[in-house]
Amino acid sequence: MARAAVQRRLTWLPARLVATSAESPRVHRLVFDVPGWSGHLPGQHVDVRLTAEDGYTAERSYSLASPPEVGELHLLVERLEDGEVSSYLTGELSPGDLIELRGPIGGYFVWSAAADQDDRDTGRRPVQLVAGGAGVSPFTAMLDHHRRRESPTPMQLLYSTRDESEILARGLLGPETTITLTRDVPVGWAGETGRVDAAMLLRCTVKPGDSPRIFVCGPTAFAESTATALVDLGHEPTSIRIERFGESKEPS
Amino acid sequence: MSVLSRGFGRARTRPADDRLPPGQYDVGNSFPVLSAGPTPHTPLARWDFGIDDEGGELRRWSWEEFQALPREAVTVDIHCVTKWSKFDTRWEGVAIDTLLRDVPTTASHVLASCDGGYTTNMPLPDLVNGRAWVVDTFEGQPLAPEHGGPARLLVPHLYFWKSAKWLRRLTLAHHDQPGFWETFGYHIYGDPWREQRYSGD
Repeated sequence: MARAAVQRRLTWLPARLVATSAESPRVHRLVFDVPGWSGHLPGQHVDVRLTAEDGYTAERSYSLASPPEVGELHLLVERLEDGEVSSYLTGELSPGDLIELRGPIGGYFVWSAAADQDDRDTGRRPVQLVAGGAGVSPFTAMLDHHRRRESPTPMQLLYSTRDESEILARGLLGPETTITLTRDVPVGWAGETGRVDAAMLLRCTVKPGDSPRIFVCGPTAFAESTATALVDLGHEPTSIRIERFGESKEPS
Repeated sequence: MSVLSRGFGRARTRPADDRLPPGQYDVGNSFPVLSAGPTPHTPLARWDFGIDDEGGELRRWSWEEFQALPREAVTVDIHCVTKWSKFDTRWEGVAIDTLLRDVPTTASHVLASCDGGYTTNMPLPDLVNGRAWVVDTFEGQPLAPEHGGPARLLVPHLYFWKSAKWLRRLTLAHHDQPGFWETFGYHIYGDPWREQRYSGD
């Protein structure tokens, strides 16, 4: 029998921008104060709605990049060419401005310390995160939450990004994180280089024999090839959860 | 009363399209891929499609048998709950009406089940009278695995998560049983024109 769904209406809430900063050349970190926010689990996302003066509205989804322990909501927004919402959020929205937001949304691509305590059998299994580019966003919420709660669950992150300047949430990444650079590799770089493939997954992620719970987040081609390689390595398909950005002009 | 976003929409050039349900945008030529788990790759020799109910299996088709059924070509707009819409998508497959022709039933609802364990639910009337198909061809080509091949459900008047990829079974039932996303807070019915994205919308 299916679990009982949370039958709670998601209403639009005013969200006031309190801070915005360039996290990389293309990604901004936006910090919102959202009175009435009901809380969330690491991995969940929100819908954002912008309304023009003539009544035109646009909605997009963004993963939450902050853990539930933090009062404000952080979004890592990548500025996309022709992206009417992302270019407004990263280019025009200023501290003090209001937008609308509702959530939290999604209950599958989530990890929490409390759930691991409640379900000891599942909670014993390590967690492997695999990110491509801005797909690291929900994992920053998971890693930060893991640290703040001093969770005993083993957690690792393999993070693929184009070059050093595009590494997001740098201050949060610790020894649990392996970074691979796919384009420009600086002299003296000690991490991995090149795209995530079967050999790198074998070298840098939890082995199938340890039955990890695996979360993959990134662009479609990245998620597709990574998930296929993980299955080929012997991981159970049902242990792999995926969040994809699609090929759309905005993350979806 | 919604919050106005100062200066938003100034650069907008395209007029609002009346084919776009509320909150959606036109994704143009791209076709985003979304799924909760890895893409299954079921060989056609092992593929079959069945209709069952509480009492067990009612009908079953192998890939060859399915290919021999009367086919239809449809051109429809599709709307994903993640906000993108895609206009004039061309599909080919078998109407649910055809599949249910020799299946007398008093059922009110259907649960679709797929390779990989995905499920989704809808009222039976939403699948009949020319409103839904099991499709295996997209834009004249065999449906790619990442888009749901060998065959997927196509229910274009509901949000696209209802058009289950990698479809293997339809279960007729006398009650509505929430499927995968429906248990994670997504709307039980999912009408894009009423913007029924999440439970309570």
